[in-house]
Amino acid sequence: MPDHTRLAIRKTYKLFIGGAFPRSESGRSYVVTSVNGDFLANAALASRKDVRDAVVAARKAFPGWAGATAYNRGQILYRIAELLEGRRDQFIAEVGGEAAAEVDAAIDRWVWYAGWADKLAQVYGNANPVAGPFFNLSAPEPTGVVGIVAPPDSALLGLVSVLAPVIVSGNTAVVLAAEERPLPAVTLAEVLATSDLPGGVVNLLTGRVAETAPWLAGHLDVNGLDLTGVTDPELAATLERDAAENLKRVTRPRVEPADWYAEPGIDRMVAYLETKTVWHPKGV
Amino acid sequence: MRFEYAPAPESPSIVDIRSSYGLFVNGEFTDAKDGELFKTINPASEDVLAEVAAAGPSDVDSAVAAARDAYENRWRDLPGRERGKYLYRLARLIQERSRELAVLESIDNGKPIRESRDVDLPLVAAHFFYYAGWADKLRYAVPGREARPLGVAAQVIPWNFPLLMLAWKIAPALAAGNTVVLKPAETTPLTALHFAEICQQADLPPGVVNIVTGAGETGRLLVEHPGVDKVAFTGSTEVGRSIAQSVSGTRKRLTLELGGKAANIVFDDAPVDQAVEGIVNGIFFNQGHVCCAGSRLLVQESVADEVLDTLKRRMATLRVGDPLDKNTDVGAINSAAQLARIRELSEAGTAEGAQRWSAPCELPERGFWFVPTIFTGVSQAHRIAREEIFGPVLSVLTFRTPAEAVEKANNTPYGLSAGVWTEKGSRILAIADKLRAGVVWANTFNKFDPTAPFGGYKESGYGREGGRQGLEAYLA
Repeated sequence: MPDHTRLAIRKTYKLFIGGAFPRSESGRSYVVTSVNGDFLANAALASRKDVRDAVVAARKAFPGWAGATAYNRGQILYRIAELLEGRRDQFIAEVGGEAAAEVDAAIDRWVWYAGWADKLAQVYGNANPVAGPFFNLSAPEPTGVVGIVAPPDSALLGLVSVLAPVIVSGNTAVVLAAEERPLPAVTLAEVLATSDLPGGVVNLLTGRVAETAPWLAGHLDVNGLDLTGVTDPELAATLERDAAENLKRVTRPRVEPADWYAEPGIDRMVAYLETKTVWHPKGV
Repeated sequence: MRFEYAPAPESPSIVDIRSSYGLFVNGEFTDAKDGELFKTINPASEDVLAEVAAAGPSDVDSAVAAARDAYENRWRDLPGRERGKYLYRLARLIQERSRELAVLESIDNGKPIRESRDVDLPLVAAHFFYYAGWADKLRYAVPGREARPLGVAAQVIPWNFPLLMLAWKIAPALAAGNTVVLKPAETTPLTALHFAEICQQADLPPGVVNIVTGAGETGRLLVEHPGVDKVAFTGSTEVGRSIAQSVSGTRKRLTLELGGKAANIVFDDAPVDQAVEGIVNGIFFNQGHVCCAGSRLLVQESVADEVLDTLKRRMATLRVGDPLDKNTDVGAINSAAQLARIRELSEAGTAEGAQRWSAPCELPERGFWFVPTIFTGVSQAHRIAREEIFGPVLSVLTFRTPAEAVEKANNTPYGLSAGVWTEKGSRILAIADKLRAGVVWANTFNKFDPTAPFGGYKESGYGREGGRQGLEAYLA
């Protein structure tokens, strides 16, 4: 037995882009503190270049993830829940506060959405009885690359609640983590990285939302923008306006505070789905 | 063998076009407060048809206020069954007056009577009939949540299918319990105003449907009005973008059905005659004034010559001329401005090096006309391959492999529709999966139905019209 107290190994909190954990290309970081003001870590302070790299990674991952079978996507989301369960204690320590309930709800949320993967097209798609001799089917498809500003009021459950509905249908995501409480997001990225989720399906950036979100909103290779986590109404309006440049599908910030524990419903999935209708004549 | 055609004109006497039309607000026709008027003309003759009121700010205020009052006091809380019965009435009245409306549509718009009679009007009635049935079944349309109307819907529609676009907008909005203020296009206001009469005949409660005529400025006043809860727009991507910007930071809900540059993909095993009929229907239907027109023909290289020869032979039989002649295939271009736009892009096609071919035909001396035209030797960089022409102009490109066809088809910011022609079922399904477009027509083209959702991916807009999904655009 050594006669001194062992010094713990601290973790470097980095970005998550294309399945890898790079530092910010800008070389910048910012101090993350606990609610009491104690130093916790230096998180990467993402830049415009990091946003653009993340979008490139998300676009690259899109055809493969959108083309995966719904069963496969469901399996992978369930796998995320399994790995999160295994790290439950770590997340409870990292989330702080009333953490056990939040972590449990976050795990269960992955399970809830995992089950949606192969039901969404059945609930949200349909055969159309057109007035003519045609086969006619409408099915939902993912919108593409979706930018997400994660809610600041719930660093883990809130994040999972906005991320899972976007990726379950085959979209890929670039997430801006809660600015003041980014550490659970980075640790979640470690779970995602080891859960068979293909690299680039989820890309996660930490830093200043007011700095990075405009690059995401104005990016012409981003198809959707979830502004749930934007607390400044003026910034939200500007981002929505920028998003109109290429007609991004936009989720506005909520008017009333969210109850992240309530059953989500399908709205967040539907927001990033396109309906494709296919016609074919019937005949012999 | 060549057939001679004798003229077979539909009589315009079935429709009584008044010399002037007011706005339709709160169940009554009323003049614009500042008395401003504009003229609508027959694009096939350039004759003035009528003077129409141009709605200004206070008119839009009145219309929105009427719609709000009707929403809160006469429509929102009406049982769905009763709302449905009004919509059934509208459907029946449209059927009863469909000949009159078809003739009026052809006169004001320039589209062939064969099309307004056989396509537009039947679909208009069918749309009201379809959504009528939803009015008392809303809770089955949005499983897992409460079906609530949004409020007052501001709706702005284009000139290419005036009454059909009105039906696509008004029927689902009313079924869901909303009230509407609709602005028809400046060049085609007349069928909407006759529809207003139909609302009176149906005893629709005043203010449930309000129609404000005018140009782009009236549309802007309407969509930016703080009293509306929902904006629905069909038209160009450029205007759609500015509407999306104008609603940013508000709580208004928005659906947009915008431009397109659809690829019509013909594989080497496609039955040539059927494919050529589909190509012709895809681009020359409604003079090519169709957002989902198959304006880019992608033909597999090995059959390109054969397909183009057949296409040219077929195009030579198209009859261009009097919209009211029942033999006419291609009618008048809707306006001088649109004709200028088609000419400008066609000239750019020639200037950029594509080869132009037009069907031999004589055009009437008066009115706005453009002969059905194809461009071969088109590259993906040419303006005529990238920009929406919205006229009877087809750009022909070739491909060798299915992967190349998909790549080229998707190489556009638009994503409204696409066509696939092949006898191989597995190929149809695989290609349909890969096309980033809201409607895929396989071995057919330009088919529409009230039960079938329609709308785009990417910069062709968002939201769907038609089907259960179309109802969702009007529910909270």
